Amino acid sequence: MPTYVRTEKCDGCKGQDKTACMYICPHDLMLLDKDGSLTGHPMKAYNQEPEQCWECYSCVKICPQNAIEVRHYADVVPMGAQVQPLRGSDSIMWTIRFRNGTIKRFKFPIRTTAEGSADPYGGKPEANLAEIDDPTVLFTKWLHKGDASQFLHSK
Amino acid sequence: MAEYGFGNPEIVEEELDILIIGGGMAACGAAFEVGKWAKASGKDLKIKLVDKAALSRSGAVAQGLSAINTYIGDNDPSDYVRYVRNDLMGIIREDLVYDIGRHVDDSVHNFEDWGLPIWKQPGDEGKPLREGGKPVRSGRWQIMINGESYKWIVAEAAKNALGMDRIQERTFIVRLINDKNDPTRIAGAAGFSVREHKLYIYKFKTCLLVCGGAVNVFRPRSVGEGTGRAWYPVWNAGSTYSMAAEAGAEMTMMENRFVPARFKDGYGPVGAWFLLFKAKVMNGAGEDYSTLRADIIKDEKRFGKYGQGVPGTCLRNHIMLEEMINGRGPIYMDTPTAMKKLAEKMTPKEIKHLEAEAWEDFLDMTISQCGIWAGENIEPEKQPSEIMPTEPYLLGSHSGCAGIWVSGPTDIPGAPKEWSWGYRSMTTVKGLFTAGDGVGASGHKFSSGSFAEGRICAKSMVKYCLDNKDLKPELQRGAAELAEEIYKPVKNYLLHKDYTTDIDINPHFISPKMLQFRLQKIMDEYVAGVGTYYRTNGKMLEVAEGKLEMLKEDSLKMRAKDLHELLRAWENFHRIMAAEAHMKHIQFRTETRYPGFYYRMDHNYIDDENWKCFSNSTYDRTTHKWTLKKVPYVQLIKD
Repeated sequence: MPTYVRTEKCDGCKGQDKTACMYICPHDLMLLDKDGSLTGHPMKAYNQEPEQCWECYSCVKICPQNAIEVRHYADVVPMGAQVQPLRGSDSIMWTIRFRNGTIKRFKFPIRTTAEGSADPYGGKPEANLAEIDDPTVLFTKWLHKGDASQFLHSK
Repeated sequence: MAEYGFGNPEIVEEELDILIIGGGMAACGAAFEVGKWAKASGKDLKIKLVDKAALSRSGAVAQGLSAINTYIGDNDPSDYVRYVRNDLMGIIREDLVYDIGRHVDDSVHNFEDWGLPIWKQPGDEGKPLREGGKPVRSGRWQIMINGESYKWIVAEAAKNALGMDRIQERTFIVRLINDKNDPTRIAGAAGFSVREHKLYIYKFKTCLLVCGGAVNVFRPRSVGEGTGRAWYPVWNAGSTYSMAAEAGAEMTMMENRFVPARFKDGYGPVGAWFLLFKAKVMNGAGEDYSTLRADIIKDEKRFGKYGQGVPGTCLRNHIMLEEMINGRGPIYMDTPTAMKKLAEKMTPKEIKHLEAEAWEDFLDMTISQCGIWAGENIEPEKQPSEIMPTEPYLLGSHSGCAGIWVSGPTDIPGAPKEWSWGYRSMTTVKGLFTAGDGVGASGHKFSSGSFAEGRICAKSMVKYCLDNKDLKPELQRGAAELAEEIYKPVKNYLLHKDYTTDIDINPHFISPKMLQFRLQKIMDEYVAGVGTYYRTNGKMLEVAEGKLEMLKEDSLKMRAKDLHELLRAWENFHRIMAAEAHMKHIQFRTETRYPGFYYRMDHNYIDDENWKCFSNSTYDRTTHKWTLKKVPYVQLIKD
């Protein structure tokens, strides 16, 4: 199910050198056609290798203009359906259009904290160098209590 | 100042203590843990992470996940070992699996702190796991999450821990370099920017090689645009296995592959349907074949004792495949019956919520499956969906155990001393570490376990740096030689592109795309792909060996017309090595340990007497020869 870019919506990320979709695609598929020589649409992005598209929707979700949509794999899926997200700061809304016209909408939480706020070390201890050899220790000092009687051999 | 351009990159050399190669869950775990131990050491350790993509969405968790499949909770880690051992047909490194089991939950607690929403049982909403909040389990080991932003959140914590000045994105590491003074030690790595004309050569004391598993090594079931719809991420190119093998690291269980039975074509997950919604599979006639034909695997001559208890995943596949081969397909997941049963005791509002959960299961991690439902007009409460086993995948963190042989923890009772050689998760090449998909013989760790293993590695690697503070690595290969090898596909293109009027049809080079198709065809037809219903034999493997040899020769003639194609070319170099390792291991193990994943038709039975052991290998870069050997399996946890 490759992604496609809507010509009327894409603004090439306002003329910057790197577009959001180019930044995020895990498989290096999105490309900005600066002079239009590749697609006929100057300063707009496109998917340069659609048969390598995993449909991860990373580009769809990140596009500031909501200019990217997905047309499901042409050799697999009947035409006429669309699955489109609108990703917010704490939730995502999905609109699903069936080939037969049925529409479903779902909203799910995606995050309980503010964007950017993931604090890896807040309230956490320092690591103790004396414990660097101890296989039961990571710096957060948490270990699952295991039932020692389950081992075949003793220490 | 030289003019850098396509094929003429600027060479950037950097010296580090620790390089993290990859950006997935294991890499993020390492990024999280490493700073604390580096700080405790009092030394100014130079640490960097390089990702061929962008950290926020790289790796297998790009789309998100609807469940975390390894959370021990109220279970005991010894039971976790039993579950993994049973599913992987008796052969696992129980020390490594136990180690993950005892450490993993803390990582999940951190994910929740950082913002990952975790489903809780009624009454425990908002109560964190670490305070005893009860998760909603789909199965004994799995907990349900609203995981669309799982990777985004974890990557954010990793970025905040390591700092963006120590993270370099869009840089593809393609070659490891051994030490000039000690070929059993790693000294550096080389790779290229996918955005600029720059070649990076790193010299380091230690590196963590965590680039995921291997996908599109076999011809996939969908072959047009559908090639992109792999079950595991299509950007996992076997780089972990390939680079480690070429550096001389001992591999283990590379014969193992995972063939997931998933919703057909879209590869949507079945875990929630089986475990949470209690759905059953049925054949084309609507029969519960898995009950009707359950006795197939009780044939002790073929399946030993493995078919007597709870069947491992491959045995459930075997029963499904027998159904398909005997013409009783298609195979369906009976979603309508499951939903009807659940809805019997539900209010209309609860039924609507159930429907949302069914869709979220896909939308959180395999959006394509929703595309298929929408395109085929399938509503799960009204119509069942087809299930099918996929093409084979190589990985070490999910339900497969292919990978690299690593040093284990030193405190597990009964673990042979040969299983630890100084640093947890170090390979047999000094200074070369791996985690997640890279660690063989220890599957079923999934996303959380991979993160935990990355953390364990980070600690070990800091220790390695402190123990080797006077070590002066020297690269076995020079910058010019590396640049020439890495940019060869570009040179091939520039040299020969004007020979014909069509750059796609030229006798002097082959496009990475076509080379990949050729690899996939060889693997499919001879090494137990879908085309042969996962069947092979000694003769077929011999034929594969010859064809792979010629493919390897031709791979040196790949073209790269731009940096994007150079990325594809090197991914294919890595895929070929992973494929070869897989083939050699299948050739070596003369039994069928994983019926349902692959069959050695000339030895179509499980042979515990001769083969209840690890298959390990080493590759010689100079002679191109593989050496295989048996390594004894040792049981550590009681039955």
